[in-house]
Amino acid sequence: MAIEPLAITACTVTNALGRGSAASLAALRRGEGGLRPCDFEDADLPTWIGRVAELEAEPLPAEFALFDCRNNRLAWLALEQDGLGAAVQKARARYGADRIGVFIGTSTSGIGATERAYRQRDPITGGLPATFDYQHTHNVFSVADFTRRWLGLTGAAFVISTACSSSAKVFASAWRQMRAGFCDAAVVGGVDSLCLTTLYGFNALGLASSQPCRPWDARRDGLNVGEAAGFALLEWAEPDDDRALLLGYGESSDAYHMTAAHPEGVGAALAMQQALARADAKPEQVDYINLHGTATPLNDAAEDRAVLRVFGPGTPCSSTKGWTGHTLGAAGITEAVFVCLCLEHGLIPGTLNTRQRDPKLGAGIVLDPQERPLRLALSNSFGFGGTNCSLLFGRRGG
Amino acid sequence: MKTLAVEGVGLMAPGLAGWITSQAVLAGEQPYTVQPMPATIATLLPANERRRTTITVKLALQVAQEAMAVVSPDAGTVRTVFASSGGDSEVLDKICTALTQPDRPVSPTHFHHSVHNTPAGYWSIATRCRQPSLSLCAYDGSFAAGLQEAAALAWADQARVLLVAYDLPLPFPLAEHRTIVAPFGVALLLNPVTTSQRLTLLRLSPGVAESADRLDDAGLERLRAGNPAARSLPLLRAIARRWAGRVVLPAGAAAVCRVDVEP
Repeated sequence: MAIEPLAITACTVTNALGRGSAASLAALRRGEGGLRPCDFEDADLPTWIGRVAELEAEPLPAEFALFDCRNNRLAWLALEQDGLGAAVQKARARYGADRIGVFIGTSTSGIGATERAYRQRDPITGGLPATFDYQHTHNVFSVADFTRRWLGLTGAAFVISTACSSSAKVFASAWRQMRAGFCDAAVVGGVDSLCLTTLYGFNALGLASSQPCRPWDARRDGLNVGEAAGFALLEWAEPDDDRALLLGYGESSDAYHMTAAHPEGVGAALAMQQALARADAKPEQVDYINLHGTATPLNDAAEDRAVLRVFGPGTPCSSTKGWTGHTLGAAGITEAVFVCLCLEHGLIPGTLNTRQRDPKLGAGIVLDPQERPLRLALSNSFGFGGTNCSLLFGRRGG
Repeated sequence: MKTLAVEGVGLMAPGLAGWITSQAVLAGEQPYTVQPMPATIATLLPANERRRTTITVKLALQVAQEAMAVVSPDAGTVRTVFASSGGDSEVLDKICTALTQPDRPVSPTHFHHSVHNTPAGYWSIATRCRQPSLSLCAYDGSFAAGLQEAAALAWADQARVLLVAYDLPLPFPLAEHRTIVAPFGVALLLNPVTTSQRLTLLRLSPGVAESADRLDDAGLERLRAGNPAARSLPLLRAIARRWAGRVVLPAGAAAVCRVDVEP
């Protein structure tokens, strides 16, 4: 039997394509990406990145100065778009400030603040500057603490940090916490910002491409790190709800390797199957899959195996990483909101930058955008440590 | 109200080397004395991997394996929730230090150990467990936030959940900006179905702006207040004393988690 669905009352994304959902939707339709040659701080790396413009110039309002760092600035920017704040205030009046959970995903939180502090160590003592605030910037919880304070919420709050599946898994946690009666509604989200740790880390692993990334392309050679923030307000669905709905979620572990995906995509397939099972849906009913699709040779091959095992070659699939880059802990929410926009507007995005499909891969990759009505769409997010999450969204009627 | 049975406990901290030996201390029958932790822990990792991995991973896996030891369920069926405020700050210190050096030589090994879910990854590999796993953080409320999520997961999936909470002192210079007084790891094996093997039954309810429980023993209270995972100590004390009553634990930010316990 299908689980009780959650309605997405409001949602928003901010990323290299611009601020707010409309900027992303327009870019997806027009096929205009947001990647640029790496120009973050003084990083000297032959790669492309998905950077949000002008974050450097916009500190947090004075009463939130403790929280000021790139990651929380990005959270703040996103919280101000698409009427999200107004929708949360309405929900707060309805349920109470202590009955709305805040569940946010991030991988590196505000580690950029610590990187900077390490460059300013006292030459004699080796200490960090006195102004460095670990709790409100670097600590993994910082972005949930900032978000709940900004929105005036006092209920359950935590951050999920499971690398690149973080902000997909927040949807599953919200469903469970609401089901358990710990809250009546939830703000979920994901925020990850550019930092030297991830740029140099992926470079050290040999996974960063020197060109705009090309998911499923025969000559794909790696990912581009991007930054993004996104949020959604979730409430239990009404019987005749016309909002986008979370119909199913699936989570699994590869139990294989810390950084390499299982070559057969076993864990990924499990996550997709469970998302379908929770929705009581069949693979052939799914109209579109937004792939994790990072464009590294091995990850795409493993995900391809998993998609073929569950869906076969006929289901239209694409990766939107060519627009935004891989936004790591924010990839889940970014692509969940993309999927909701696609359901609302009847769009299957293409796969930007990809020219020649890898003949060794068999999933139904869509290269050019298609306008057509969609009822059910899946979003995949997988991460280091072998953590997998798939979310199934849908609309009634249509 | 739904219940959750505690079927096993794992514990490791200075002077609290394992649940079996620590119960008398927590029950107030023996004094708490600070002693160094045993060196060989997390024996489920192969010896070569144990040498390579970090003390953070070993602490988390040690308490996880201890909590599973008595009931010994098929590890492949047990979901996991890992809760930690700081993750592996030794690794983050090494990365941030490398980023100050010419050409910024970030080690690939450090980078893939830097994610908050590293212990969860090692656990799933060591136990060949493909079940869902979460790694979360709620600063000083990380243990109770993890307990609440573990309960929600156990009820939703009608399956056992292993909750693992751990934190360690940060290295210099980070230590000057975040005080964690000693390492502390704790794990609870939780079952949504009450069996004869239960130690204690839990009922959870969220609350706001209540004060969290403290401990009378000065040494244990210093540990409780000085490590987010040790915020679990009032609950561990209630389990060790076979109490019936309410324990209040700090959860994320303004929230608390009220835990009604029943032996």
